[in-house]
Amino acid sequence: MRPSRQDFGRAIGGASSYMAAIYYYTWKGPAMSEAATSNASNQIPVTVLTGYLGAGKTTLLNRILSESHGKRYAVIVNEFGEIGIDNDLIVESDEEIYEMNNGCICCTVRGDLIRVVEGLMRRPGRFDAIVVETTGLADPVPVAQTFFMDDDVRAKTRLDAVVALVDAKHLPLRLKDSREAEDQIAFADVVVLNKVDLVSEDELLQVEATIRAINPSAQIHRTERSGVDLAKVLDRGAFDLTRVLANEPNFLAEEHEHDHAHGDDHVCGPDCDHDHHHGEHHHGHGAVAPIHDVTVQSISLRGGEMDPKRFFPWLEKITQAEGPNILRLKGIIALKDDPDRYVVQGVHMIIEGDHQRPWKEDEKHETRLVFIGRDLDREKLTRTFEACQAAA
Amino acid sequence: MPTVAPLDLDGHCLAAVFLEGVPHFALADGTVHRLDHGHKWTAVHDGLLCATVDQAGKTLLTGGEDGKVCRSGGDHAVEVVHEIGRKWISSVAAGPQGALAFATGKSAYARLADGKIKQFDHPRTVEGLAFAPKGLRFAVARYNGVTLHFPGTEGKPTELEWAGAHNSVTFSPNGEFLVTTMQENALHGWKLSDGRHMRMTGYPAKIKSFSWAPKGRWLASSGAPAAIVWPFQGKEGPMGKPPLELGTRGNTMVTAVAFHPTEEIVAVGYADGMVLAVRVADQKEILLKREGKGPISSMTWDKDDRRLAFGTETGDCGVIDIAG
Repeated sequence: MRPSRQDFGRAIGGASSYMAAIYYYTWKGPAMSEAATSNASNQIPVTVLTGYLGAGKTTLLNRILSESHGKRYAVIVNEFGEIGIDNDLIVESDEEIYEMNNGCICCTVRGDLIRVVEGLMRRPGRFDAIVVETTGLADPVPVAQTFFMDDDVRAKTRLDAVVALVDAKHLPLRLKDSREAEDQIAFADVVVLNKVDLVSEDELLQVEATIRAINPSAQIHRTERSGVDLAKVLDRGAFDLTRVLANEPNFLAEEHEHDHAHGDDHVCGPDCDHDHHHGEHHHGHGAVAPIHDVTVQSISLRGGEMDPKRFFPWLEKITQAEGPNILRLKGIIALKDDPDRYVVQGVHMIIEGDHQRPWKEDEKHETRLVFIGRDLDREKLTRTFEACQAAA
Repeated sequence: MPTVAPLDLDGHCLAAVFLEGVPHFALADGTVHRLDHGHKWTAVHDGLLCATVDQAGKTLLTGGEDGKVCRSGGDHAVEVVHEIGRKWISSVAAGPQGALAFATGKSAYARLADGKIKQFDHPRTVEGLAFAPKGLRFAVARYNGVTLHFPGTEGKPTELEWAGAHNSVTFSPNGEFLVTTMQENALHGWKLSDGRHMRMTGYPAKIKSFSWAPKGRWLASSGAPAAIVWPFQGKEGPMGKPPLELGTRGNTMVTAVAFHPTEEIVAVGYADGMVLAVRVADQKEILLKREGKGPISSMTWDKDDRRLAFGTETGDCGVIDIAG
């Protein structure tokens, strides 16, 4: 399901006053690109590393490049700069954001990544995976969208996860002075909360609560000196529909009691009941941000079985109309008279959905959907979502 | 019957060309192979990113991941034309009288016949380069349009604007039209005398290959299950005219096109490795080569009018002799 694609090839009139004619050739046969995108086994996984200057990206990259983990990585960096490793699989590339000419303002891609990934993929066999390091101020959205919107890149690679490095001490300050820091967290699948040794446990809980308020579905890992277990950062399959939710045991999970110690590797889920400021809510999704500098909100929806005739048009309409405001969307959908779980995920207007697996016998047929974004109308989303439920 | 002389190589072929009648195949790993009384090869780059033939048809100009621009071909020693350091040379173009241009990042460089190098910086990345057929002028494809430079003079560049990312650029052989391939599945054209726009859209895939017919009467392009061939005979180019769809197949895409040097016959290469020759006049098709291991990535006719060199993404390259 890729609604944005429908816009390709449609004439957009009136674009220039001195334009003499629009030539409009339309291929009337079947679309061919499916064959190119279905070959998942040969697709190279791509990890996107975001984080503010000083958050510890370079340290983490150096670890990825130098530790023995049995995998070879090609790394696309903005500047060779501080990476002290000489490796011809480190490629420098200038951030180059291209707006797609399809009438959709949020359809942006990174032109530099298209070129570099294409170049790298002409010589496969030299590496097993790609890591893209973004600048401190980079918008993660065009980076992620590149892997969905460009057919050639999509045919050869797959986005594995967006990892945000966050400096535990400086995050509150960063959130005050920039929207990028917030976007990076909102967009992340994994948040590495770094430099935890520089703050007290109370400050740490505050920072975690802030992160959780921005993004309830991300996994959070506490670490010092970027010392996170690489297995928790790489090969996550966060954009893989068959794995996306399996990876996040806490994501949209049923309310449950748990009582665990917070070790450095503790994964904070949305329902962790330590002080996240949302413990007092029935369930914590969409909690009021504990810091007023947070402008991203998340809206979690929960319902019964959906009527596919109403649900899919609704989802398409919402993502078309609210696309620019939606950073990420993820969900598990129970469809009426369907023995399989349906999973969806999206970035702005790009949505993907597929049947995941049969519902287990003891599983409740329940629909759970989370939107992370800005200026979303909670009441309207909830009301229209509920109207898509199948009659009992 | 056409016959195929195969050359099985290991790697993605970026350019299959003829240099003085000898077929050459430039691979992404940086080696350039040739069929000259047997298979011979030369290591030119550590990672090759772009390749083109000089205007005399004698040497191959290449750019690499190693930051080098090289001239090679036949038994000649590899000449390093320029070295830029640890940056990718993303594009290279051949100009008149031995001039050449290359690009890295936001900079394009023109190397004139006397060896002098001029640098042209741009606000955005240089995606593609092409020299005009006449005069010392070259075009830079960039985000939101094309910039035309005149490296022989100190004159200001000409800017042609059109929203969107332009990936590669070509002049029509008569120099009247400029056409770019875009990040969207479209071509964009300008009539240079008055700057009028031409939008050629509707393709189901990105356009990676294009080729002008003799005398520039047609422009063939990939990006659809047929070769999409736009008429450029009139003064107004393809204004209001639909393109021809040649060599249509139902189950695969055209990935490379190459017009014959003297006849209005276009070689059409497909994603499954098949190659057809199609005559424009009656759309008659001839099978030149059956399916192979992977998509056809490059094709060039020899000046002898009967041989076609082809390369693929999977390395199964070769030469087709249409006269058998």
